Amino acid sequence: MSRLRDMLEGGEFVVTGEVAPPRGTDLAGMHAAVDLLAPHCHALNVTDNQGASLHLSSLAASKALLERGIEPIFQQTCRDRNRLALQSDLLAAWSLGLENLLVVTGDDPRAGDHPHAKGVFDLDSTQLASIARGMNEGHDMMDRDLKGGTGFYVGAAMFPEAEPWDVQLARIEQKIEAGVRFFQTQAIFDMDKLQRAVEAVRPLGAKVIAGVLVLKSPRVIDFVNSKLAGLMVPDAIADRIRRAHDPADAAIALAAEQVASIRDIADGVHVMPLGLDAAIGRILGGAG
Amino acid sequence: MIITKPRDWARIEENLTSIGARRVFLMGCGQCATVAHTGGEKELEETAARLEAGGYEVTGWTVGEVTCHLNGTKLESRKHQAEIDSADAVLVLACGAGVQTTADAIAKPVFPGLESLFLGTVIRNGIFEERCQTCGDCVLDKTAGICPVTTCPKGLLNGPCGGMWNGMCEVLTDRECTHVRIRHRLEEQGRTTRRTLAPKDFSTALKPGGVNIRESGGSR
Repeated sequence: MSRLRDMLEGGEFVVTGEVAPPRGTDLAGMHAAVDLLAPHCHALNVTDNQGASLHLSSLAASKALLERGIEPIFQQTCRDRNRLALQSDLLAAWSLGLENLLVVTGDDPRAGDHPHAKGVFDLDSTQLASIARGMNEGHDMMDRDLKGGTGFYVGAAMFPEAEPWDVQLARIEQKIEAGVRFFQTQAIFDMDKLQRAVEAVRPLGAKVIAGVLVLKSPRVIDFVNSKLAGLMVPDAIADRIRRAHDPADAAIALAAEQVASIRDIADGVHVMPLGLDAAIGRILGGAG
Repeated sequence: MIITKPRDWARIEENLTSIGARRVFLMGCGQCATVAHTGGEKELEETAARLEAGGYEVTGWTVGEVTCHLNGTKLESRKHQAEIDSADAVLVLACGAGVQTTADAIAKPVFPGLESLFLGTVIRNGIFEERCQTCGDCVLDKTAGICPVTTCPKGLLNGPCGGMWNGMCEVLTDRECTHVRIRHRLEEQGRTTRRTLAPKDFSTALKPGGVNIRESGGSR
């Protein structure tokens, strides 16, 4: 049973974290991160070739989490697989016991470590969500019956701070129509914009898990601003970290403030500690 | 039109050297390659001069009227039969379609002198943009005349993706996001902006394409 689904649909505040599978077959580093995060989180996202760079598959890594008693959120991007492979992996994921699914478009290959790769994008994230819903109903995207369907709790990404908002709102509505039940947001810096997003989504029956990114150093801020798509750190927040005597400590304090605000606004928080995994307890204010 | 760019000179020389060619005939194109300034009279003269400076003999050159037209290129070749007969190779300053009609029309080794890039829109003289991928499954009726398959770098039918920021594209950061443009143009025209497009039918884009309007067969 998906605890994520039960809690969100039951109105309980959830905490999710995130781990990246290794570039290789040694899972020790991922498990070390999992061991720090899992005691504080209800579920952990497992990324899919994140940053368009090679990693062990989310499918295998998600299963590895499950075997250790940790609830994964299996991520699937549209960048690396066509519709046959995506559907095949959805069936595989369900057969392996993965119940939470997050569908995303995926970064452009030119941003990653295989810049010469062909970006597939046979489907987009909305279409993939719709296909997952169809599999939950027992059929594939060609409307053919499956020998055993799926029962995914389907999530998608949301970008409350990326203007223009009218376009974002239309996307949110499209995704909910496609069967998305929960959203995980890009990192939030402006709580008013998060509020605006939650108010738009709640009447439509979906849940919002708000992202918190721990800006542990000036270098991370530069990286976010120059390399991460769809995200900019506001000057006031960047200055606060840059001027701090201990930037990591300031970042943890800032993240804890953000988590406290999010508790009053959203249905959950998604913490991205960027390596400061050991600080998750402080970031969550002792809860989680 | 088909937009082309000059092929690396080193690759052209490598091609000629591979068969020991010293005498070369040049074929240009009076259509796209002339407009793209890659295969018109001026470019053929420049290429001839460059070959001669490199020790090659240019036996002749011509700008075919429509080099991708097989019969036209056969006729054009016949007009220059002697020059072609005395050449070791033919270098074609046209798109890949023109290279292939030339290779069908002339029984000599034929090499490409250009790289074929895309089906282009002429924005202004010398400025070309790719707007259509000739996919055979047009969605422009639903996207306010803006093709997301071509102009979104990810080719997403439904967007924007998570990389859009302040209305701008994640990949081409100096360009407005295609999906923002589509939605805003639909809105301006009072059309629905809430439609989710279904997955695309890629079977219509299977290669090679072929059309025969002389018989009832139609396209394949």
